[in-house]
Amino acid sequence: MGSVLQNEVDGAAPARWDETPILSVEHLTMRFGGLVAVNDLSFNVGRGDITALIGPNGAGKTTVFNCVTGFYKPTEGRTAMRHGAGLQASAIEEVTRSDRRYKESPQGSVYLLERMPDFEISQRAKVARTFQNIRLFGGMTALENLLVAQHNPLMIASLFTIGGILGVPGYKKAEKQAIEKARYWLEQVHLTERADDPAADLPYGAQRRLEIARAMCTDPLLLCLDEPAAGLNPRESHELNELLKFIRETHGTSILLIEHDMGVVMEISDHVIVLDYGVKISDGDALHVKSDPRVIAAYLGVDDEAEIDVPEIKHDLEEVVEEAQELAAADKSKPKPKPKKPRPAAKASGAKPAARNAGSPARAKAVVPAPSEIKIKNAADFPGRQPHGTKKPGPPGADNLTRIKGIGPANEKKLNALGIWRFGQIAVWKAPEVDWVGAWLAFPGRIQREEWVKQAKTLAKGGATAFSKRVDKGDVPTSKARKPRSGGKGGKP
Amino acid sequence: MAARSVPLSSARDDNRLANSLRDAAIAALMVFALGFFFLGVRTDIAPGGLALSFRWGLLFSAVAIVFAGRLLLNLFVFKTSAPITAQFSGMFSGTGSSFAGLGKWLARALLAFAIVLPFFFTYFFPNKDRQYIDLAILIMTYIMLGWGLNIVVGLAGLLDLGYVAFYAVGAYSFALLAQNFGFGFWMALPLAGLLAAFWGVILGFPVLRLRGDYLAIVTLAFGEIIRIVLLNWYDFTNGPDGISGIPRPTLFGLEFSRGEGGFADFFGIPYDSIHRFIYLYYIIFVLAIITNLVTIRLRRLPVGRAWEALREDEIACRSLGINTTNTKLTAFSIGAMFGGFAGSFFATRQGFISPESFTFLESAIILAIVVLGGLGSQIGVVIASVVMIGGIEMLRNLGFLQHVFGDGFDPTQYRMLIFGLAMVLIMVWRPRGLITTREPTAVLKEKKRIGADMVAQGEGH
Repeated sequence: MGSVLQNEVDGAAPARWDETPILSVEHLTMRFGGLVAVNDLSFNVGRGDITALIGPNGAGKTTVFNCVTGFYKPTEGRTAMRHGAGLQASAIEEVTRSDRRYKESPQGSVYLLERMPDFEISQRAKVARTFQNIRLFGGMTALENLLVAQHNPLMIASLFTIGGILGVPGYKKAEKQAIEKARYWLEQVHLTERADDPAADLPYGAQRRLEIARAMCTDPLLLCLDEPAAGLNPRESHELNELLKFIRETHGTSILLIEHDMGVVMEISDHVIVLDYGVKISDGDALHVKSDPRVIAAYLGVDDEAEIDVPEIKHDLEEVVEEAQELAAADKSKPKPKPKKPRPAAKASGAKPAARNAGSPARAKAVVPAPSEIKIKNAADFPGRQPHGTKKPGPPGADNLTRIKGIGPANEKKLNALGIWRFGQIAVWKAPEVDWVGAWLAFPGRIQREEWVKQAKTLAKGGATAFSKRVDKGDVPTSKARKPRSGGKGGKP
Repeated sequence: MAARSVPLSSARDDNRLANSLRDAAIAALMVFALGFFFLGVRTDIAPGGLALSFRWGLLFSAVAIVFAGRLLLNLFVFKTSAPITAQFSGMFSGTGSSFAGLGKWLARALLAFAIVLPFFFTYFFPNKDRQYIDLAILIMTYIMLGWGLNIVVGLAGLLDLGYVAFYAVGAYSFALLAQNFGFGFWMALPLAGLLAAFWGVILGFPVLRLRGDYLAIVTLAFGEIIRIVLLNWYDFTNGPDGISGIPRPTLFGLEFSRGEGGFADFFGIPYDSIHRFIYLYYIIFVLAIITNLVTIRLRRLPVGRAWEALREDEIACRSLGINTTNTKLTAFSIGAMFGGFAGSFFATRQGFISPESFTFLESAIILAIVVLGGLGSQIGVVIASVVMIGGIEMLRNLGFLQHVFGDGFDPTQYRMLIFGLAMVLIMVWRPRGLITTREPTAVLKEKKRIGADMVAQGEGH
């Protein structure tokens, strides 16, 4: 799926953010034990852009943030921050090959964030961040919060404390400047009146603004905001938009933000990246993303007929079906040489092959290595192995696959196109098949996560899962209820 | 509505009385069961073995006191809608803010008194001056230790249960330097401070990643390790025998001794042993004041703000480019340095040190001073030291209680009991310490003190 999107992007002229990115995230993967929170994610953040990272809950947005700002060490991948203009590809390659964390020069510096400790990312690479659950220093005043943010320049001015204790004049001056800067930012976030109040005493919206002001006091080149509009009322949300635009225009700071509030995202973002289950599903400007069917599907959790209308998926599907027919025709004319023989005849409608293909998982296992009867043109493009499928479901008829949590009518159709008709067929999938189907359905990782195979095993034995019971009762709108609707809506015998 | 509530409330009152009586009766019964063996029965040595004698009077008076006390508590505090204690807390809540205003004047008054203290005592209590000045030296030592620990616990929010280790390192550094290399107090003092700071860093490294209870446990263990090493490394530290003959401090080479070349001789005044005590008092006074001034200054420096920020939120600190490793290590080492100074003063004052002086109890007392005074509060440490150290000593003079309880009563035995009770009461009254408000380190328009409920306590509390 990644490749599909890449082609999309490559097809058009390179976007602005790909020409002069300030931050490049390349092949970022973050695993927590067995859980893959972010999988092979690549994107660019344009210089001077407001870039939004959106996606449903649990999509891995905050994990990406934590990797970029050094709070997590990514399992794989490279995050490069550039201070100079252009791609500076040679400098980045040079640093990557060496053991160094960064290369600084007057023309432009590059920093490999995944190698740097978190405090250095803020101090040197000039990436500041805010937190989803506000992390102010509650017992310190708003002013003190902004002074703490200027720790590093003040530390140098105080000659690493020694000069400060002895009272060198340079420190007094530096502190005055620091207070002036704090005053400036307090004005920008309308908190001058509350400068001497403890941060924990401020109302929620003010705390959010103060946190942004605090991050800006570190003089960042890239400001990462984790859900800055969460919990704000519409007026505050609007003020936030103005503040972010002001920051970008006046200070030239690039902004990367995670946001759920689509109003904020669509209004101010130059560039939107959509994540779902740790994978990038869309990347482009707000307009492009808004109309991307994958995004709509991810957001609404839809897996409905609507999705089948997405042109490219429809096209994929048509291709598959077409090919299957061609193959069937070819099959009829002359039997293929090697793999065909041991395989049960495709058209055979006897009880035996049906039992072998769709029967109990134990018996079906023996069949697994056999190649599918359905040929997919670009089957080799996907990792793993195409699962075995049959052209017809066999006498007992097809199972209602939507009883598996995660499979809706659209996916059921696609699976049917692969020759997957029955729970027993899914139940025998091993890792290669799961990977392949996942990639083919453009849902990498989702099959494991939703445990399709485990569900299928239960259902193949005639058991029921909590989800399937709800489907049978007709409680799940995205699935078809078993008896009354399966014939009509599913369209399968 | 009002008419209906009357019978209801009277019914509730009946209920309350019955409940209170039952509760008091249960408490009394428990006292009887427990007290029967502790109070009711007494074994006396009699010819041919032990004889049992019964003290029913004592037992039943204890039962009666508990019954009555519990009943009164139930009626007026526990089971009533308007507990008397609520009025107390209302009474005291006002004092929080007045403390803040008072604090400045109290600090000035205390400072002025501290400056003239030795002369005050020699003038007004000529017979007891030595005892009082000695007590003042002891209190001042604990004030200094409290201020030193306040940097680690109060500002940086790292709970250190092994602070006495640095006190010991300071004391032993001076003692060993004096014994082996003939160092005097003033030469050894900075070295002792540096060595203690070095050990502060040594302790700091392993506990950098620890949080909460684990931090407290490791620091506690560190304190014990130092003491046990001092106890068992006989060749180096002389083990449990300790080190004696530690030189006294001199005033620009003048010794406080009788005869030719001494302090009294030089200035042509009659020799008095009190001179040495006054001098010791001023040494520790100046050391403590330096500790205080440095701490106050550090709070206004970026490193001090970083300590307080670290106490509030470590993750946010890291996001702002603060190297939390270095920040924690500086807190540990600067706190340890002042502990080391105090330790070497302790050695010169005592003239003799042994591992006995550096038990966990010392750490606990210093920590209690900081907590009782209010985390992060400088004046609070002073008040708490005076109350705790002075209080414990004052409780030795409870002779008047013998008039109340009879000649058989030994008040010194109840010293720690009374002290413990006082601690409990203070912590009930002011759970966050005496001075709980925090003073901001920078002001834009108007200085406002920050209430304790806003301020985080850091790790391990």
